[in-house]
Amino acid sequence: MEFIQTLLANELVVSILLSLLPLVFIIVYALVVLYTEMKVAAHIQDRVAYMRTGWHGLLQPIADMLKLLQKEDIIPDKADKLLFRLAPIIAFVGTYAAYAVLPFSSIYIGSNINLGAFFLVAVGSLVVVGILMAGWASNNKWSLFGGVRSAAQMISYEIPTAIAIIIVVMITGSLNLQDVTKFQDGGIGNWVVFGGPLPWSQKLMLMPFTIITFFILFVSSVAEVNRTPFDLPEAESELVQGFNTEYSGMRFAMFYLSEYANLFTVSAVGVALFLGGWSSPFGTFMSGPVWGIFWFVAKAYIFVLIQIWVRWTLPRLRVDQLMYVSWKVLIPWLFVCLLSVGLILVL
Amino acid sequence: MLQPPTLPTNYTVKQGHIKTSTGKTIRTEEMIINMGPQHPSTHGVLRLEIVVDGEIIVDCIPHIGYLHRCFEKHCEHMTNYQQVIPYADRMDYCSAMTNEWAFALAAERMLKIEVPERVEYIRVIMAELQRIASHLIAVGTYGIDSGAFTPFLYTFIDREKILDLFEMTCGARLLYNYIWIGGLSHDLPPKFVEQAKDFVRYFRPRLKMLNDLLSYNEIFVKRTANVGVLPKDVAINYAVSGPQLRGSGVNWDLRRDDPYSIYHKLEWEPQVGKGEMGTVGDCWDRHIVRMHEMEQCLNIIEQALAGLPEGNVQAAIPKRIRPEKDAEIYVRTESSRGELGFYIVSDGTASPFRVKARGPAFVNLSVLPEIAKGGMIADLVLIAGSIDIVLGEVDR
Amino acid sequence: MTVQEIFDILKAKFGDAIIGTTISAAGGSASVGYAMQLWIHIAPDKTKEICFFLRDDNAMQFDYLSCLSGMDYNNGTFGVVYHLASIIHKHKIVLKTFCTKDNLHIQSVSAVWGTANWHEREAFDLYGIIFDEHPDLRRLLMPDDWEGHPLRKDYKVQEFYHGMKVPY
Repeated sequence: MEFIQTLLANELVVSILLSLLPLVFIIVYALVVLYTEMKVAAHIQDRVAYMRTGWHGLLQPIADMLKLLQKEDIIPDKADKLLFRLAPIIAFVGTYAAYAVLPFSSIYIGSNINLGAFFLVAVGSLVVVGILMAGWASNNKWSLFGGVRSAAQMISYEIPTAIAIIIVVMITGSLNLQDVTKFQDGGIGNWVVFGGPLPWSQKLMLMPFTIITFFILFVSSVAEVNRTPFDLPEAESELVQGFNTEYSGMRFAMFYLSEYANLFTVSAVGVALFLGGWSSPFGTFMSGPVWGIFWFVAKAYIFVLIQIWVRWTLPRLRVDQLMYVSWKVLIPWLFVCLLSVGLILVL
Repeated sequence: MLQPPTLPTNYTVKQGHIKTSTGKTIRTEEMIINMGPQHPSTHGVLRLEIVVDGEIIVDCIPHIGYLHRCFEKHCEHMTNYQQVIPYADRMDYCSAMTNEWAFALAAERMLKIEVPERVEYIRVIMAELQRIASHLIAVGTYGIDSGAFTPFLYTFIDREKILDLFEMTCGARLLYNYIWIGGLSHDLPPKFVEQAKDFVRYFRPRLKMLNDLLSYNEIFVKRTANVGVLPKDVAINYAVSGPQLRGSGVNWDLRRDDPYSIYHKLEWEPQVGKGEMGTVGDCWDRHIVRMHEMEQCLNIIEQALAGLPEGNVQAAIPKRIRPEKDAEIYVRTESSRGELGFYIVSDGTASPFRVKARGPAFVNLSVLPEIAKGGMIADLVLIAGSIDIVLGEVDR
Repeated sequence: MTVQEIFDILKAKFGDAIIGTTISAAGGSASVGYAMQLWIHIAPDKTKEICFFLRDDNAMQFDYLSCLSGMDYNNGTFGVVYHLASIIHKHKIVLKTFCTKDNLHIQSVSAVWGTANWHEREAFDLYGIIFDEHPDLRRLLMPDDWEGHPLRKDYKVQEFYHGMKVPY
């Protein structure tokens, strides 16, 4: 960072350039994950997809993006025009802001604030606002259903996410994601999911609870992103695409992009908190600032793949069952983990 | 006389008032929502007008007729009874062989024709293969309704093999014009028996895989158990038939209880819902009855293939079809969806005087308002899917 | 139970409402016997009582209405044909009622069997037969503002429907 600063000698330009890096990352990543999702879905369903554009369809995501860019921008007549236009922007802003605190590497983090995890949870709620606005402004009863369901779902699943983050904070002692990652540096044994760099007796007692917490964090973040089995807001079989129904062209692409970016965000948060972030699992072998980026993206991408896999395998839950899972299953278990981890750390 | 159509149901939404803790009153209202003719999961052009209170359904009013193609009027203008067979195909297009067979059976009984034994065996094989194909569509689309996209593609892979068998025999994959009055249009090609036996061998383990993937999946069971319960007496009163009736615990199968063709010579069991995962008559029961029925179909096909006699399939096809004056007949057969009945009245000429097609999907759909009340919208989609309607048969 | 026995019991109970039995000309193959060629003619204004009796009487228990068809006999008579079946006793029977074109009223049986609701709506839609005491008699298959009843023998298709030319 300082190196580039001396190079350009203008702080404002430098900070703008550095904050655009995640945007470039998101766009490249979106193309990759689009292709991955289609191919993984196809192979799970015993078919191949996309063989014609480029070798085995590698150019298809570019074709998709071009198609969405050149579509006609349709706004329904009776829709609330201001809210309609604002909704995808707010949803994307909420998603993008979360990238400011993701520790991509030991030398690069967008904004090294001491409240990283708290900021993440706060900014994630912006996406709820965006979706609710989209559902209401479309002037369509089905979109309204989708928006309201989504708001209820995301609000109830923020609580398990927050409690899981608290458990990690208790073990590592800091909300700053960069510090949490540095805490886990030094090899796979130091990862929080296996108990963190603590003496063996404490680690063995902590391990079941941290593994459960990690699993619950993963489940509730899948719910945060509206993916199957929690994808009721955009349940294609019932709501004809839910809050997305009236959107077309670039606005729809914004929602789509923010959904995929969210996928990466929640996987990255899980990785940074539990699985050691940018640190290499082999200790010092294959570690360094540049290797850090590779490990971070690779680990997060594995979880993105798992989310895609789950989407094409399981049916979806009904609204009340979804609420039941959050309030009556995940949260009590998390409280048990919270108390146990606290007790173990104190003793 | 022509006015824009208004809501024929004069439903006035009930308004409720909720008192909040600060003393203010919030006005609430029930919502009339339209699950319109175009919808990804109403299995065709069906319009469901739903009155909801939040997410709970208060009333559900089906509007049909979007696919009405005047089958019965067409039949009265045919110049030959054989010409009705392609039209009968297109009624329930997912299960065409059973449609043709019902009409051919009705005409044969009216004309007192006895078909050769080989024809009977081949008809049974074709109808049971068609039953498997139709249930595969039902099960696959039911998976999509509940959010699982993958079983749909697996069932369609299996269905391709059945359609290959049909294409080998009569040249068509979906609408066959194969079962004619008095016989069949073509005999079986030489490789048919081998390929059919291969299919039976291939499909049995696939059924187990489909059950593991979808039917016993925890989330799927939670979505479908205790949902849309159809009690036994309501089912009989509404003349429900087929897997829906058997799912409610009534052991009634027309192939055994009103026998036709050679079904009484073969060994098979009608499958009845037992309420394993919830109440008897819920959506899961109907689904599992269809899965078990596919296995029974495999048994029937194996036995029929083993006992296939020789003969000329076109020996009994009449040159002129002219029933007596005032002859009438009502014949009911077990199609994939239930009791498919044809009521034919003749006036002595070569065209039928009146043909009434009693489609099972039409009657099964009429029970939807009864069983959907009190559930949620997400449940309504699954209930409509478990009834397994094909709009071609509902509207004719 | 045979059709003759059922007819005797009904005639004893309902008297004039049961008008007669007739054998229709269709025969059947010898291997499968069925009673579909004998039908009982009942009066159009007493159908509900007779059907309640047929459904609830212990010896008959016709709890399943297989089919209800409207008919236009092309000589000024309309009619309705009921095909009943029993799941418990496994017997079947055919009932017929007639009415003239000027007085197209037949008593509804939708209180007896829930399935008759939609069947009678379809008969009303396609033939114009009015079923008295039906809870919700309106068109089912045709659009609600269609003119005429399509399955009648003397039906002429309308020229325009909402500005679209109908015959093509």
